[in-house]
Amino acid sequence: MDFLRPTSWREALEIRAARPEATVLAGGTDVLVEVNFGHRRPEALLDLTNVTEHQGWSEADGTVRIGAGLPYARLIDELGDRLPGLAMAARTVGSPQIRNRGTLGGNLGSASPAGDGHPALLASDALVEVASVRGTRLLPITEFFTGVKRSALAADELIAAVHLAPASGPQQFAKVGTRNAMVIAVCTFAIALHPEQRRVGTGVGSAAPTPFRATAAEDFLTAELIGTGQWERPRALPELAANRFGELVAAAARPIDDVRGTADYRRHALGVLARRTVHRVWDDHRTRRRQCA
Amino acid sequence: MRVNFTVNGRAQQADNVWEGESLLYVLRERLGLPGSKNACEQGECGSCTVTLDGVAVCACLVAAGQVEGREVGTVEGLADGDRLSDVQQAFLDAGAVQCGFCTPGLLVQATDLLDKQAEPSDVEIREALAGNLCRCTGYEKIMDAVRLAARRKSGHA
Repeated sequence: MDFLRPTSWREALEIRAARPEATVLAGGTDVLVEVNFGHRRPEALLDLTNVTEHQGWSEADGTVRIGAGLPYARLIDELGDRLPGLAMAARTVGSPQIRNRGTLGGNLGSASPAGDGHPALLASDALVEVASVRGTRLLPITEFFTGVKRSALAADELIAAVHLAPASGPQQFAKVGTRNAMVIAVCTFAIALHPEQRRVGTGVGSAAPTPFRATAAEDFLTAELIGTGQWERPRALPELAANRFGELVAAAARPIDDVRGTADYRRHALGVLARRTVHRVWDDHRTRRRQCA
Repeated sequence: MRVNFTVNGRAQQADNVWEGESLLYVLRERLGLPGSKNACEQGECGSCTVTLDGVAVCACLVAAGQVEGREVGTVEGLADGDRLSDVQQAFLDAGAVQCGFCTPGLLVQATDLLDKQAEPSDVEIREALAGNLCRCTGYEKIMDAVRLAARRKSGHA
């Protein structure tokens, strides 16, 4: 096995091009488990932890660019105000030790349907910046996931960063698991209000071969809020609308039965999470508006 | 491969390290530092918690090659000779040690917590220790120990 240690982003891309069979290693919280248990014997490990260019974040022109190598712990501390939904999701990842090491780029690279970071990225229309020696491209997050643990990343590409707008409205994330720490999600749901666009974004995890947006539910709620004049004069969200939203989220899921839960349970739980979180974001939006007035 | 790094302030060199080897294996099997415990090998139990450049991590999930040139702190580095650290002494005084297997990881993680947050609330202690499992289920005494260490550290006890 080779242990490849680039010290610059350019060098990392060159090695990636020359050694596409190498397993990319960032925080190691997925890769080392597989190596420790003998489930994976890579020909080479491409360690990105000495490449500092992709370990920070920046903000410009209304977009936050999160370096793929930024650990969750820093994302929570430094970006919790700008990206509350993603920070909430990050807080449910593993344990403090795991969050000190694990990265959003690694989460995307693994492309697990249960990846905790994915739903919040879907709800906020994130773009994934991928790079190779051939150049850089920005992929909409909806096009990134192509199957169970499969992504649109080419063999010579590395995930450089994630781009998304700072929250312009309330955001929520909810996860079902057997305890708060150290669980792989049974199912997850993220919601973001985009008041300036009068739109609602969603993301669903662990309920289909890939994380996905519940577009029918988004369309329903977006139309409902506009049609009832809620943006001009926000009132409590009618229970009927919240229920319908939950039903549409549940109906969009294509879950499986597995050791963590049954498909039926996942569908039911998603309906509950969607209903619960839509009330939270809408109530938050109404209260803030009243405080501002 | 050869790996050069610092452990508890001392320069160390490990030879013939397999590229897929974990930091935990290097510490225990190559450097003779068995304080960090090997249990789950998947980051679930926290028994192998060490600090890497001052950040608490599971040594089983760090590839040996990733510590080249870096500083690792293990449970062996907490005491000053025969003098236990405040957190170690608090674990003894509070009876927070049963079989002792989870203790090294808890000591490193609790030390990290108190370094960052001198007077943590119970919720903060629980969250900080959420990744450390005690199979004896001695969590209440462990909570007592961290509270005691915090009180002593801030001069309230």
